Amino acid sequence: MTIGIKIAEIKEFSFKLFIKNKVLLAIFTLFSLNLFASETINSDSSNVKSSHNTGFDAGSFIMHHIGDAHEIHFFTLNEGKENEKHFSLYLPIIIKDENGFKIFSSSHFYHNSYTAEIDGKHKHYYLHDGYLLFDEKIYKAEGDNGINIDESGKIANDTVLDLSLTKSVVGIFLTIIILALLFGSAARKYKKNPIKAPSGLQSLLEPLVLFIRDEVAIPSIGKEKADRFVPFLLTTFFFIWLANILGLIPFIGGFNVMGTLGVTIVLATVVFIITNINGKSNYWTHILWPHGVPFPIKLILVPIEILGIFMKPMVLMIRLTANITAGHIIILAFTCLIFIFGQQSAGGGYGAGVGSVLFMIFMYFIELLVVFLQAYVFTLLTAMYFGSAIEEPHHH
Amino acid sequence: MLSAGLGTIVWTSIAFLTVLFLLGKMAWKPILKSLKEREDFIANSIKSAETANNQLSQLKAENEILLTEARLEREKILKEAREMGEDIISKARKASVEEEQRILSKAKHEIENEKSAAIADLKSHVVSLSIEMAEKLLKKEFESKENQIKLVEENLKSATLN
Repeated sequence: MTIGIKIAEIKEFSFKLFIKNKVLLAIFTLFSLNLFASETINSDSSNVKSSHNTGFDAGSFIMHHIGDAHEIHFFTLNEGKENEKHFSLYLPIIIKDENGFKIFSSSHFYHNSYTAEIDGKHKHYYLHDGYLLFDEKIYKAEGDNGINIDESGKIANDTVLDLSLTKSVVGIFLTIIILALLFGSAARKYKKNPIKAPSGLQSLLEPLVLFIRDEVAIPSIGKEKADRFVPFLLTTFFFIWLANILGLIPFIGGFNVMGTLGVTIVLATVVFIITNINGKSNYWTHILWPHGVPFPIKLILVPIEILGIFMKPMVLMIRLTANITAGHIIILAFTCLIFIFGQQSAGGGYGAGVGSVLFMIFMYFIELLVVFLQAYVFTLLTAMYFGSAIEEPHHH
Repeated sequence: MLSAGLGTIVWTSIAFLTVLFLLGKMAWKPILKSLKEREDFIANSIKSAETANNQLSQLKAENEILLTEARLEREKILKEAREMGEDIISKARKASVEEEQRILSKAKHEIENEKSAAIADLKSHVVSLSIEMAEKLLKKEFESKENQIKLVEENLKSATLN
């Protein structure tokens, strides 16, 4: 009897192990870290070569680096030569169309490269399994070449719903894991010794937590009501700041999480929802029927105020995205400068290199400040919007 | 470049709301709670220290007052004791002088009395002695008849009737 149970247990266990291995295998396949992809470009190699010979295009280089991608590209060896090697982490592609979900590694795309004349320029596009990847967007492949270009030179393929784990999404997951580890271990210490003076990790995090609570939340919202919003403000602040710091670390693929509109739009939407859910009568009367304002002016003011409800989080979103993207662009521009001068002459390249590196060091210091400042500004303005939403009427 | 892909939005929403929930439950709640506890603890400690300090200084002042009072009291007692002592000494001196005087005068008086008594005694003794001697003399003188007659005659001679 017992032996039977044991055997059943072992069977179940090995089955679990099998499932686990399958899942692990699937994950490894999806996140295939292809460090030795010797020939990444296996078709149209003549076209590829010619496109490399057209010269260095700083604009598309920068746009490519600040944009979201379906791979995390670390570096390339022997660029432009026969034995070009890309060192990348290929992220899983998850798409949904009328046939249901499809999941595969993006390495299939990046290893099937083609070029076409799009918008008057030679550009790469990738094909796999009836889908097309161009400019990091996924379309349905059509026709012989897979790509369908209309008269104006734009791509005319049908798009599909792309739920892939892109570079920015991976950046968010990384941020979340770091956040959870940092504050999880700090919280354990706090639980153990609530009254003891902070030590170790606590000493690092506590001033920041206190800063957000005492300098951001309480002055903007008020001492009595701030407690309810402090957790959200803390999460927002650390989430933005850590994601921004992640973008400054070199050799990990150059994350631009907060420079991705898809990320900031979510933050702004959450701020919008929380602000308006908590809106007290004073907040709404201020918008819809402001006191002490003549009627004709009300006609102008009320639409502006209503627009303002949407404008405020939108401004938050654009400010954060633009600032972080701009920082990346400046540093990349200095990098490009080296290549542009290097194309003229080797000496020019080295000369520009020295100057560019100095400027980049300077910019990195500025960026360290900016990434903190943007997280702070976002949190502060959010706190002020919350404060205005729950404000009690003034007694005149 | 700045296009907001639906996939990113979906994943970010899931991720951000998860982290908001998880950190809210696991991190912010205990951290903020213990921060508040610690702040309250420190505030209370400072307050109680202040009260203790106040009480201490109050106690000190009271002690000071008590001490000065005690010092004054001691001085007063000492002074009184000294005065009393002096008083007693002077009184005793006076009394002893008086006593002495009294004893002396009494003694003198007694001596006087004794002296006069002794003198009187001596006088009577001398009288009786002289009388006795006279008697004896007279007895011896007048043992013979002729002596008696001689005396009478002498007396008669002296007692001349003028």
